[in-house]
Formats: sequence, structure tokens, C-alpha cells
Amino acid sequence: MKAISDSIKRFDFDDKIQGKAIYTSDYHLECMFYAKTLRSTVPRAKIKNIITPEIPQGYFIVDHRDVPAQNYIPVVFDDQPIFAVDEVNYIGQPILLVVGEKKEIIQKIINSIHIDYEIIEPVLSIEEAEQAKAPYIFKNQPYFVKYEYSKGDLDKCIKKAKKVISDEFRTGYQEQAYLETQSMVAKYDGHTISVYGSMQCPYYIVEALKVALGWEEDRIRVVQMPTGGAFGGKEDYPSIPGVHAALASIKSKHPVQLVFERQEDIQCTTKRHPSLITIESYLDENGTIIARDMYVKLDGGAYAGLSSVVLQRSILSIGGVYDIENLRVRGTVYATNNVVTGAFRGFGGPQAFFAIEMHMENIANQLNLDSVELKRKYFFKQGDLSSTSGEFFDPIVLNVITDKVLKMSDYRNKRTHNDASKFKGVGCSVFFHGCGFTGAGESDLIKPSVRLKKVKEEVELFISSTEIGQGTLTTMRKIVAKVLDIPVAQVAHHYPDTLECPDSGPTVASRTTLIVGRLLQDCALKLKKRWDEESVEIIHHYQYPSHLSWDSKTFQGNAYPDYSWGANVVEVEVDPDTYQVDVKGIWAVFDIGTPIDRKIVQGQIEGGIVQGLGYSLMEVLESRNGKLSQDTFTTYIIPSSLDIPPIMSELVENPSTIGPFGARGLGEMPLVGVAPALASAIQQAIKCKITKIPVIPEDILRGIHK
Amino acid sequence: MRIDFKLNNQVVSIDVEHSKRLLDVLRDDLNLTSVKEGCAEGECGACSVLFNGMLVNSCLIPAVNISGCEIVTLEGYRGTKRFEAIKQGFEQCGSVQCGFCTPGFVLAAEALLSSNPNPSKDEVIKGIEGNLCRCTGYQMIVDGILAAKEVGKGLW
Repeated sequence: MKAISDSIKRFDFDDKIQGKAIYTSDYHLECMFYAKTLRSTVPRAKIKNIITPEIPQGYFIVDHRDVPAQNYIPVVFDDQPIFAVDEVNYIGQPILLVVGEKKEIIQKIINSIHIDYEIIEPVLSIEEAEQAKAPYIFKNQPYFVKYEYSKGDLDKCIKKAKKVISDEFRTGYQEQAYLETQSMVAKYDGHTISVYGSMQCPYYIVEALKVALGWEEDRIRVVQMPTGGAFGGKEDYPSIPGVHAALASIKSKHPVQLVFERQEDIQCTTKRHPSLITIESYLDENGTIIARDMYVKLDGGAYAGLSSVVLQRSILSIGGVYDIENLRVRGTVYATNNVVTGAFRGFGGPQAFFAIEMHMENIANQLNLDSVELKRKYFFKQGDLSSTSGEFFDPIVLNVITDKVLKMSDYRNKRTHNDASKFKGVGCSVFFHGCGFTGAGESDLIKPSVRLKKVKEEVELFISSTEIGQGTLTTMRKIVAKVLDIPVAQVAHHYPDTLECPDSGPTVASRTTLIVGRLLQDCALKLKKRWDEESVEIIHHYQYPSHLSWDSKTFQGNAYPDYSWGANVVEVEVDPDTYQVDVKGIWAVFDIGTPIDRKIVQGQIEGGIVQGLGYSLMEVLESRNGKLSQDTFTTYIIPSSLDIPPIMSELVENPSTIGPFGARGLGEMPLVGVAPALASAIQQAIKCKITKIPVIPEDILRGIHK
Repeated sequence: MRIDFKLNNQVVSIDVEHSKRLLDVLRDDLNLTSVKEGCAEGECGACSVLFNGMLVNSCLIPAVNISGCEIVTLEGYRGTKRFEAIKQGFEQCGSVQCGFCTPGFVLAAEALLSSNPNPSKDEVIKGIEGNLCRCTGYQMIVDGILAAKEVGKGLW
């Protein structure tokens, strides 16, 4: 490894290419039992009675009565029970487990259990929640949280404005569709419970087990197994199957494996939030945007989960990359009897950037201006104040990024030329992703730590950050090896085991390289000074940068420790007979500071873009009467190799002052900007406004024939 | 029911229940865990195996149908020179991320290259359409197979 950005062979490559990596469903322990979950089939009801058949010897029912301490999953509001007690609030909510040796017998028992429900009128959409037709689900209110913040003086600007431009946008659900479904194995040895599984955040499961069991942490061990994709879907959700498998193992006194079927996984695990977003821009007599009023509404489903944090990211992103002096930003996440929504790559950002970028496009159209040039006028630059009035300390190179993506894609020529020809279009989006936890969350909530151990010439690094395909097992070693100036093979790093690894925080929020990587860099610097010692162990803790500040009540200050920036161009051709969209190419330029491994970075970029393409164009997922209509890979369509256009990406290297070797966060951002660039391209092709994603042929038909 | 078949170059004779899928027999009875269950309906290709040299989804094949046939899984394939070429191509091009779909893609590459040793990029894209990957966006897998074709010239 000459430079930190030079690619090396991934440390997880050999096991994976040979099919030797043992994923959770491949993990078989002696005398292992299986578990299956009985779930609610109705969106909202009281459970009147549960009629169970006679259970054969060696088989067990596990339900809320088997939770020794507290029956809730700890996530922000702690409102979701581990097992339903006397009510259910969404289709797929777990009621009980059947546990035993043979899967066929378990299924027979499940089939013969009858639940007697008393149906309660459900709340099935944002609108129904607002109208409060049915009884409230969460406390005495139709929503989990609502937030508001502002900058400057909106009311004054409203009076002064000569023109108002308004838009309303809708975005749909999205399923993470990791190829490996949720899976856990738990083993109770009479004293300690060990949970092995597919996950992003081992310490979330430790916390959930502490709540459920009421045990001290020294009796709880969580180990990440090789994980077949996650994308946010294995952030908070695995706490449920993790605790379930543990309770099943404690009761049955056997190791227990709990693996979801695909349809079950799609029906009951967390999804991306559907949104309804309105934006009003106020313009003066010169056509300058002087103020904006923006409102983000999300469908949070039946339990709060991470919805409040997702909403925060959404309202902190909705201003886009634009320096507008007067703003009012509001957000509400509603409680409904739909599936619980939660973390998914981008975490509220993709909805917001779709809305703000399309809105800018519409302003440009109304003013008869080129949309990229309009956007440029308002681009943030170093020293500007963000929408929450936090100073941008690092250089912001949005003009460089935009120029580059326009040149690569021949945007200008295509945009002008396309205007003349029918059903062809090209669109451009510009966006950021705030990296790390919101505000001072890294120091106030997460308090991450890392550990390095040196014995003779060998170094081992211990973090709870997980390898979920994004390269953690390789990039973290590279950072440590580079600081210590030793061959990377001399640094060991294994899948996290909470017995050995300090809590370096969850593997979310594009924070692993930025925050954990930097902690390892600083820890390795300390170790370097003590290199002469035969054996050394150093634990290093996070400190919030002193030049940043955040007020979580008023939403004022530096909303994120760092930002990554990007621009996309998408070119399309729309078939005038079938209304199908043929994506001809996607171009992307990102400022992620210094890339830690170019090949891994390319993989994140291309994978994220394709997931964004699915979100924008293909992945229709609708809730009808609380049930998801597309719940298999036959009906929920994710991109295949045939759906992929050529993807061209480049980096602008603008080193961060926060991250290791100048790196910024990357994982989520490539998904964020695809939808608006694609929708703008379709808008140009069919000369009709696109106000929702995914854009499906029916929308185009309606648009063309309007 | 007792069935005999050739598995990874060895003759195997086992009792199978009528209800079992080939996928269950391979994973549960024979502990061949490179064969993954992704969707159980033939959409994702994670359970791909070679059935008389053809790429099939083992979740769709009743186990009793393999009597007298030849099945190859990654466990049987990974000792071959052809595998080494695919491995090298995939390593060069960053074709592996979470790895769950990888065994299926390796066998899809083998099935493609054995029927067409010199595929164009479009033919590779067509050749892997039955295998889903949610991490890479496919381009780096396509590049990996094109690189494998060069590395393993003459092997197919």
C-alpha cells in the first residue's frame, strides 16, 4: 500500500468467493432448535384470546410472559413491545414464537394456533392520521414527533415577495432487499446468553437484551456473523429477532436459530418512510429566492422506532445545497397502522433531496432559466451559514463538482439538443449528505471508543463497527497500518464480538470511516509513540470537535460533524408507446474527501446509485389496508443486471479536516441524488411535471396525455 | 425415497422426503452451505447450482428429480482452474461486497463461459440476469467476469 487510496485485496474476499463464509443461517450448533414467529394478520386489533393446540413434548411457545424483565425494544421512545400483549398495531407484529427441533412440526403448530381478534379501526395513511378518524395509536396525538426550526424572518419576506412558487411531492416506501434475510442464532449456557447474527449494531442488541432480561452486561454476548447486506434494515430491527432467539434459547435450553423467510422479511421489517413534502419559495421582483417555507410529513408506521431521527435528517436536508437567508422548516412523523418504517441508506435524505431538487427545477422552468445556473447562484460555500445557522468551516467545492459532472455527461449539449427532440431528456441534481450522528449526537449519545492491542509486532484492532459488505474489515486495517507504517497484513481485525470490542457506535449514518476511522487513526498515533513497548493496549474515546456546536431543542448550529457533496446527471429516453423509461447513462461526481480505498469506494458508489435507480423507477411498494402488496421478489422488483445503464463516476478530492487522512462519509450519499436527476430528465423528455417517485409508466401516460 | 446422483464429482446415495427441495437436501442434509436461500421462489439466484452443467435455482427443483443427474455446487467447483480464473477476475474488479450472492454469481459465470467462452459485455449482462445482487450495482461483477474470461483463456 503506497498511498491510503490505493486499493488492496479485501480481507473478506477469500472466504466469500469460495463460499466458505459462514452466515447465520449456515451456522449449526449441536442440538440446535428452530423458531418461527406467529404474527398479526390484521393492522389493528385487541387480542381477545389465543387458542393453542396441545403442544408436543420438546416444543415450546414463547411469548410476552417469557420476558423476565421489561417487554419493550429500546429505540428512542421504547414503545414497541418485544411480543404483543393484548393489542396489535400492524400486520406482521410478533405475537409469539413456536420453538422446537423440526421445522415441519413447528409450522403445523403455528398453523393450528387461532388468534381471536377484536378489530379496531386502523389509521392507514398520513392523511387519515391528520384527520384523526380513528383513535390515536401513540399517546394522545396523531404523530410521534413534530419539529420546527427557522432562519431569518419568513413572515417579513412573505409580505415583500412578488412571486410564490409552490410544489407538493410524494415518495413511496422502499424495501432494503438485502439478499440475506434477518437471521439470528442464540445460545444460553445456563449463565450467559450469546447471540450470533446478521446485524449492523451489536450494542443495540446488547441494550435490548439488558432491557428484556434485566441482566448485567457481563452475562450478555453479541457476535456479528458475516452479514448478507443491510442498508439500514439491520440497524434497529435485529434487536427483535435477537431478543426472540435469546428468549427461545433460555426457555428451551437449546441453541435456537431464527431465520426469516423472504415474504415474512418484506412484510414485517422496517422500510423507508413514505413522504409528503410541500415547499413554497418566495421571490422578489428580480426573481431572487428570498425565503422558503417547507414541510416534511412522514408515515412512521405503528411504532416510533428511529422515525424521529429519520425526520431530523429529512428536515436538515430539505434546504438542499442552497444558501437561502429566510427559512421555516417543519416536519411531522405520523403514527399509522402500517408497517414500521425506519433506517434505509440515506435516512430521510433521499425524500428531501428529491423534493428540493425538483422544486428548484420547477422554479427555473417558471422563470425560464437554466436550472443548473439557477442552482449555482445559491450554492453553499465555505463560511456560509447552513439552514440551521451553523458555519461551514471546510471548503465547499460544489462548482467544481457540478462543472465536472456536466462535462463528463455532455449535459449542456444534450440538454439543449434534447429540447428539440421528443421523449429524450437529461437532468442534473446537486446534493449533500451529513456524515455522522445529528448535531452533537456522537458525543452526547454514542460516545464511541476504539481499542488497539499490540503484542510484539502484531496489532489487533477492536471496534463494534460491522462489515456489511462496505469494506470495514479492510479500510480500518488500512488506516491503522498506514499510521503505524507497518504492512496491513500485520494488523488483525475480526467480526465484532461485544466480549472484546468496545462500543464504537452503530454502523450507520456514513460514520464508520469518518468517526471510527478517525478514532483509530488517533489511537494508532498514541500507539506509535509507545511502539518500543513489547505489549501495549490503548482505548481511545471520541471528543466532539471544539469548533462545532449544536442545540438539539432549537435545531441551531452545526447539524452534522461533516458533509459529503455530490452531483448526478441522468439521461433517459421514454418510449412513447409503452411509456417505459430507458436510462441511457448515469454520471456522478462526489467529494468524499480522500478515498480510503478506490475500489471499495467505487463499489459503494455504483451499488448506491443502482439502489437509487430502483427507488426512483422500479421499486413500487404500496400498503393496502395495512398490508404491503408487493412482498416477494416476484412482485417487489429490484434492479437486475439488465436494468443497469452505464455508470460513470469520479471524485473531487477535497480533504476533510475531520476524517482520517481527509476522508469523509460515503455509504449513503450515492443513493441520495439519483431520483431528482432521473425525474428531471423524465420531466424534460415528456414536458410534464413529475411530482412523485417511483415514476411508473402509468404516471408517464397520464403526464403525456394531460 | 432413495436417490443416487453425482454431487461434486462423487456418487451420492441418500434418502429424501418427497416434499424436499434440492436446496434443502444440499444445505440441511449434506451441509453444502455455499448454496444460499435468498427468496425461495427462483427470483434471486442465490441458490444457483449446476444441474448437468446448466445453471438452475435449487429452490425450484424437487430433490427427487435429481436422481441419476449431476449436481455441482461451489464446494465442488472451487478446486478447479476455472474457479481460480473467476476468483482472480472478481478480485481484480471488486465484484464481491456482502458475499451472499457471490456463490451464485460464480456458478452463473461458469455456466456462461462454458457455453460461450468469449462473451461480449452484453452477453455477460444477459448471462447473469437471473442472479440478483443488491450491493454492487452489477457493473463490477460484469467486469469481473470479463476479466476472468481473459485470465482463464483456453480453460473454457
